[in-house]
Amino acid sequence: MNGEKKDRSSGDVSVQIIEPPRGWLGVNWREIWHYRELLYFLTWRDVKVRYKQTFLGILWAFLQPFIRLVVFSMIFGRLARMDSEGFPYPVFLYAGLLPWQFFSDALGRSSQSVVGSANLIKKVYFPRLIIPLASVGASLVDFAVAFAILVGLMLYYGIVPGAGILMVLPLVLLTVLTAVGTGTLLSALNAAYRDFRFVVPFMIQIWMYISPVVYSVRKLPEPWKSLLVLNPMTGIIDGYRSAILGTPPAWGRLGVALLLAVMIYLVGTHYFRRVEAALADIV
Amino acid sequence: MNAISVEGVSKRYRIGRRHDRYRTIRGAIAGAAAGLLHRREAAMGGEMIWALRDISLNVEQGDVLGIVGPNGAGKTTLLKILSRITYPTEGRVRLRGRVGSLLEVGTGFHPELTGRENIFLNGAILGMRRREIREKFDQIVDFAEIGRFIDTPVKRYSSGMYVRLAFAVAAHLEPEILLVDEVLAVGDVSFQRKCIGKMSDVARGGRTVLFVSHNMASVDSLCPRAVLLEGGRITAEGRTREVIQRYLGGVGAGSGELNLLETGARSPGSRRVLRRLRLTDSSGKVVPHAVPGEDITFEIDGESAELLSGAALAIRINTAFGQRIATCHSRYQSEETVSLEGAFRVRCTMRNCRLMPGPYTLMLVLTADAGMVDQIDALPFEVVESDVYGTGKMLPGRCGYYLPEVSWDFQRGRGGS
Repeated sequence: MNGEKKDRSSGDVSVQIIEPPRGWLGVNWREIWHYRELLYFLTWRDVKVRYKQTFLGILWAFLQPFIRLVVFSMIFGRLARMDSEGFPYPVFLYAGLLPWQFFSDALGRSSQSVVGSANLIKKVYFPRLIIPLASVGASLVDFAVAFAILVGLMLYYGIVPGAGILMVLPLVLLTVLTAVGTGTLLSALNAAYRDFRFVVPFMIQIWMYISPVVYSVRKLPEPWKSLLVLNPMTGIIDGYRSAILGTPPAWGRLGVALLLAVMIYLVGTHYFRRVEAALADIV
Repeated sequence: MNAISVEGVSKRYRIGRRHDRYRTIRGAIAGAAAGLLHRREAAMGGEMIWALRDISLNVEQGDVLGIVGPNGAGKTTLLKILSRITYPTEGRVRLRGRVGSLLEVGTGFHPELTGRENIFLNGAILGMRRREIREKFDQIVDFAEIGRFIDTPVKRYSSGMYVRLAFAVAAHLEPEILLVDEVLAVGDVSFQRKCIGKMSDVARGGRTVLFVSHNMASVDSLCPRAVLLEGGRITAEGRTREVIQRYLGGVGAGSGELNLLETGARSPGSRRVLRRLRLTDSSGKVVPHAVPGEDITFEIDGESAELLSGAALAIRINTAFGQRIATCHSRYQSEETVSLEGAFRVRCTMRNCRLMPGPYTLMLVLTADAGMVDQIDALPFEVVESDVYGTGKMLPGRCGYYLPEVSWDFQRGRGGS
């Protein structure tokens, strides 16, 4: 019985056709599914290797966002006195910092991932998209750890989540979609043009300032309020905030974010697949 | 049923820009600007070469096919396409079954992870299911002989342990199609032999094997059929003996005289200076092979249009497994420093041949002050069996490579306690 099952599972790829790539290159999710265990192992390796030989281990995944929370709260809450829509600044901040951290970490990791896996790419076949996906996956693990801090903050400030908290799950999926699209695009660009190694850190920094992480998009004056919507992270971060703090969701902003995320995903994966064909020859 | 069918596959590489292997934005912008004026290809810069040109090939399930050819003929490119590492520029390949290769040894090993963790990671990279790895885990650990080090990070492993573990994982993949590129096989001779041993096990198990090698002896012993790749095209296909014969320069092989201009085994960058190799015995008669204990002379004819100052000729003798065991080198073994121009003949006599009977290969390297001039690999050279020790008995095969001069003395009633 076992043998039968095995045959069927390997039957998916038992006949492989190798042809020059042409046309629109979408993602072969069936193949990615077939390689899901590799995705799991590469994610697991990324997480494991990141904290191996550090004294505090996985505690870093907890400490980093916590320290950032404290520092940012001091600067933007106490000193700059940012408008936090009437909520305690630390909770307001962290509801935005949490998705942003995940997003920027995923971008930073995945943009380096393909170049960093050159020796794998030159020696063995697997869908290359697994590499940036694993980077996003590893960031997702850190995200889950960092989520614990949010729970603590909400308890501390006595914020009781409403039904809106259920929105967090689709929001996480939307953040992952945006991160996958941007991450694959950057990883492919970085493989094709090494300049991106220098571009990415800048880009992430600037992107944070144009995302409502430390401030509220709802309190912005008009030209900026509408302009910032063109950044998918604006709708996403604002969405997290309304879900966690129980304010009414801004569906328009979320809709635009979803649209942008899908577009970035399509462009990112298509470009990745185009570069993928030549990857072994250029990395 | 064909396990592998290759239909009109070509692969084009861009050369001439090898030094800047990856692009920069500036380069791309300059290229795009040039592209407005010229054709796209010109804008990309560099010269195109076809590493493979219109290759068609069918390999039936269970076949063991050898691929031979000189360096740069496209053998490795073909394997890379079959293992999906790189795409063909034209044509298509159809593969039936899981593809594995012994050139992936150790791929994806992470030094910080333990042996156990790396087995799972590496197994997954090679395409094994977690359950499959778990089932074979003990076998892999046994095979690798790493025992109690299994939970130690592999960065603390000796290089031997590392390679053994890596090979053990690859060897337990059990692919339906196995690709082996011997040139890329790492490790020492015994490890390479282990690779070859594993390969013949796989071949006997009814799986399909493609074997790329420079080592004619191992191709001959493992593969009933072979193809010859030259300049990116298949130039011969058929029974291994005949293909190898063709590769090594055909007509002359085995007769004691080889036309070196016809051999395909010339290294890239060689000038075609060496023209003919002859084996002669001490009386000057052309012989097809060397005889142990007797003199053998290598007589090489060449012709160079340019003056080669400080010329030296090396004749390297390799075993059938590719291990170098002896070198005759004029630079160190002759006091003369020569300059060669026009036609010349070099004679090198190896006196009292101390090689065990068996198949060997020769490599000829002609150098001058300016560097390598001509290099030819994998010429067949055989030392024939004979009654070396005058005992009326032939030595059995595989007694090693060196033929010792020995005397024995048995005395009764001595020794003991």
